Amino acid sequence: MKTVEEIKAAIEAAVPGAGVEIVLNPGPAAQHSLRLAPESALAVATFLRDDADLALDHLSNVTGVDWPDKEIAEKVKVTRTVAKTVDGVEQQVEETVEETRKRVEPGCLEVVYHLFSVAKKHGPVVLRMRTENRSDRVELPSMTHIWRSADFQEREIFDLYGVVFKGHPDLRRLLMWDEFKDHPMRKDYVEPDDYEYEPTPHDHVLARAQEHQKKIEAAGNKE
Amino acid sequence: MDENLKIELGKQGIVVTTLQELYNWGRRSSVWPMNFGLACCAIEMIATTMARYDLARFGAEVFRPSPRQADLMIISGTVTKKMAPQVVRLYNQMAEPRYVIAMGACAISGGPFKQGYNVLKGIDRYIPVDVHIPGCPPRPEALLQAFIALQKKIDGQHLTGEDRPRFLDAEAQGEFPVPEQGEHDLVPTSNKGVWPIKIQGLGTRD
Ligand code: SF4
Repeated sequence: MKTVEEIKAAIEAAVPGAGVEIVLNPGPAAQHSLRLAPESALAVATFLRDDADLALDHLSNVTGVDWPDKEIAEKVKVTRTVAKTVDGVEQQVEETVEETRKRVEPGCLEVVYHLFSVAKKHGPVVLRMRTENRSDRVELPSMTHIWRSADFQEREIFDLYGVVFKGHPDLRRLLMWDEFKDHPMRKDYVEPDDYEYEPTPHDHVLARAQEHQKKIEAAGNKE
Repeated sequence: MDENLKIELGKQGIVVTTLQELYNWGRRSSVWPMNFGLACCAIEMIATTMARYDLARFGAEVFRPSPRQADLMIISGTVTKKMAPQVVRLYNQMAEPRYVIAMGACAISGGPFKQGYNVLKGIDRYIPVDVHIPGCPPRPEALLQAFIALQKKIDGQHLTGEDRPRFLDAEAQGEFPVPEQGEHDLVPTSNKGVWPIKIQGLGTRD
């Protein structure tokens, strides 16, 4: 099968301005993937399926990844002018100090597609797409019209991660009930506080059970 | 009546019994379970009914596909929060007298999925359970034992008096509230009438 670089070149030749990026996997599996720009993703996907060399006719798996906002602390050297007394004379001196700066890398939701070719017996080719953020701009194009098997898996990702697939024929929750508001696979999901009966608590369950107990006692004292 | 006298009379060909004994014998000898499985434990339940373990020996071979015709609900498997309202609804549709066996770690407490976001931590939060069987899955022998325990329980029931079962108590409430599927969890999270379980002599379970 073609390497990711060759696939990227093929895509760029077929779909001008596709905006495909290679995401390297440094692990021993070395399963590199291609990150598509959501705007051109449908054209690229159609090409991957219909191209005679690649013929990726089978979408085996769709999954989601949650990338929360990440706080990154960096040490930077800054030069400052400070007033100092040198040899009894007041002077302006340049000084280099190290400062820790924090910046927040905004998070996003990512969807990963694994493609195989039954006709050519090769694969997988891994595609990724990212949403703009995790709150209001969570739309991605749906692949259901290209690979039928994306249907339920995209619904599952919509349910558990909250990615909204544009163009999906039937975007409803798959596993949780319709009235449910949360997305349980997101890292910041907080489960309901039902720790009133824990016969053998340990680790984080113990912590949650104690918290629950404290809350109950506080409520009891108020009455 | 004196047990020894009863045996003596039996030797003479005279059978003496009480209405209660006869009634309970009839009920415990033909408990019809509901044809209803929820997860992997259901496979063990099916195995129990087949020739090797043969639940038919105890008069429970007729699995009914309708709650209207069933006496026993075997909660065999994981009760998800999406399924829990349906389980309570099915229980409400069963005619009295009705019994519940909670089979397996999942049905009694949530089991391996206890800290999951979508699994109910035990069906006894919403409906009264007669026998709990631990195990993941419990072996068919364990289900048989639970079944025998249930038969013993039926045998020991009094038809009159304070401790008579729910179905002989005209005042008792037979319908159990079906939980709503709310925005974050089931509402309410348990039926205060049945949970926490009261065990005689031990106070409440927590
Ligand atoms: S207790 Fe174990 S075997 Fe039974 S339903 Fe749960 S996971 Fe499956």
